[in-house]
Amino acid sequence: MEILLAIVIGAAFGAVLDRIGATNPTWIGRMLALTNLNLMKTILLAIGTGSILMFAGQMLGLVDVGHMSVKAAYAGVFIGGLMLGAGWAASGFCPGTGVCAAASGRKDALFFIAGGLLGAAAYMVTYPAWKASGLLNDIAGGKTTLGSVPGAKYDGLMALSGDLVGIVMGLAFVVIAFVLPERIGGGGVTVPAE
Amino acid sequence: MTLDWKLGGVLLGLVFFLAVLLVKPIGVSTQFVILDGIIGDAVNSELVTKTDEGYTSSNAYLAKSGGKYAKAVANPLNYSFIFVLAMMAGAYASVRARGGLSAQERSLPEIWRNTYGDTAAKRYALAFLGGFVVLYGARLAGGCTSGHMMSGMMQTAVSGYIFAAGAFAAAVPVALMMYRKES
Repeated sequence: MEILLAIVIGAAFGAVLDRIGATNPTWIGRMLALTNLNLMKTILLAIGTGSILMFAGQMLGLVDVGHMSVKAAYAGVFIGGLMLGAGWAASGFCPGTGVCAAASGRKDALFFIAGGLLGAAAYMVTYPAWKASGLLNDIAGGKTTLGSVPGAKYDGLMALSGDLVGIVMGLAFVVIAFVLPERIGGGGVTVPAE
Repeated sequence: MTLDWKLGGVLLGLVFFLAVLLVKPIGVSTQFVILDGIIGDAVNSELVTKTDEGYTSSNAYLAKSGGKYAKAVANPLNYSFIFVLAMMAGAYASVRARGGLSAQERSLPEIWRNTYGDTAAKRYALAFLGGFVVLYGARLAGGCTSGHMMSGMMQTAVSGYIFAAGAFAAAVPVALMMYRKES
C-alpha cells in the first residue's frame, strides 16, 4: 500500500514540478536573480496552502498529527543551507528538481546528479569530523516548531497553540505570495543597490 | 508555458498536503545517500551488514540513528526511494504530454545560452560542481529544498526557517553575479 502511495504521490510531485517550471534552470535563475518571481510566488503559495490544510486538518482531527516529521535545528543547518543555495543558483537545480530535469531529457541535469552523488558520498566520509566539531549539536531545542502542536512529539518554541500558529503562518505565506511583485529591480544591466 | 502561479501553487501545496495526510512529509536528498550506499555495497558487500536488531554499516553516516539508512540501502524498495523514482516518471510523462523539450533546451537551458552562449562544456562542469555542493550542503543541513524549505516551513519547523535563510542568503547573490545582464 505504501509503495503504491509512493508511486502516486511521487509521480504527482514530479509532474507538478515540471508544470510550474521548477525543473527548468531558466526559471530558477530568473527567480534567484529576482527578474521573474512567478516561481517564488508559486512556492510561497504552495507552502501556505499545505500549511493551512495540514494544521486545519489536525485541529479537526482529520489529519494524523503523528505524520508530522520535524528536523532538528543546529548550526550546520544554516551552513548547509548556504552551500545548497550557492550550488542551487550555480546549477539551477536542487536535488528533487535535478532528478526530474534529468528524466525530462536535460543533459546538464545528468552532470548535476553525478556531482550530487559524489557530494553526498563526500559528506558520508567526512561526517565524523562534522559530528566531532559540535556543529551538529541541537540549537533552539533541536526538533521544535514555532508553537506547541497538540499531540505532536515536538516542543514548541513559544507557548502558543501550534495549530493556530501554523494556520496564521500559512495565511502569511499566501499573503506574501500575492503581494510579492513579479520582479524586483529594473533588470537590464543595472546592478541592484545593496 | 508554465502554469499560472495561483493554480501551480495550489496544486503543489495539495501534493505536499496529501503526502503528510497519507504518509509523511516529502524529502528527496537522503536518496542520494541511499543510492551511494547501494553502489558502495555492490562494490564492497561489507559496507552494509545485517545485525540482530536490524542493519548497520562500516560507514558512520549510514550507521547513525540505529542504522536507518543502512536498512534502506539493504531494502531499496522502500517508500522514500520509490518516491524519487516515481517523481522522475511523473516529470517525464508531464514533459512528454506537453510535446517534450527541444534539442536545444535539452543540451543547454535558455538562460545559459543567452548569457554565456553555446558553451556546453562550461555548463556541464558547473552543473557537476553545483551538484556536489548542493548535496554536500543538503546532507550537512539534514534536508534540501523539499524536506527543509517546503515540508519544514509548512510544519512551522524552526530548522526549516534557518535553512531557508541560509539558502536564499547564498543563492540570490550568486544568481545576481551570474546573470547580471538580464537573460
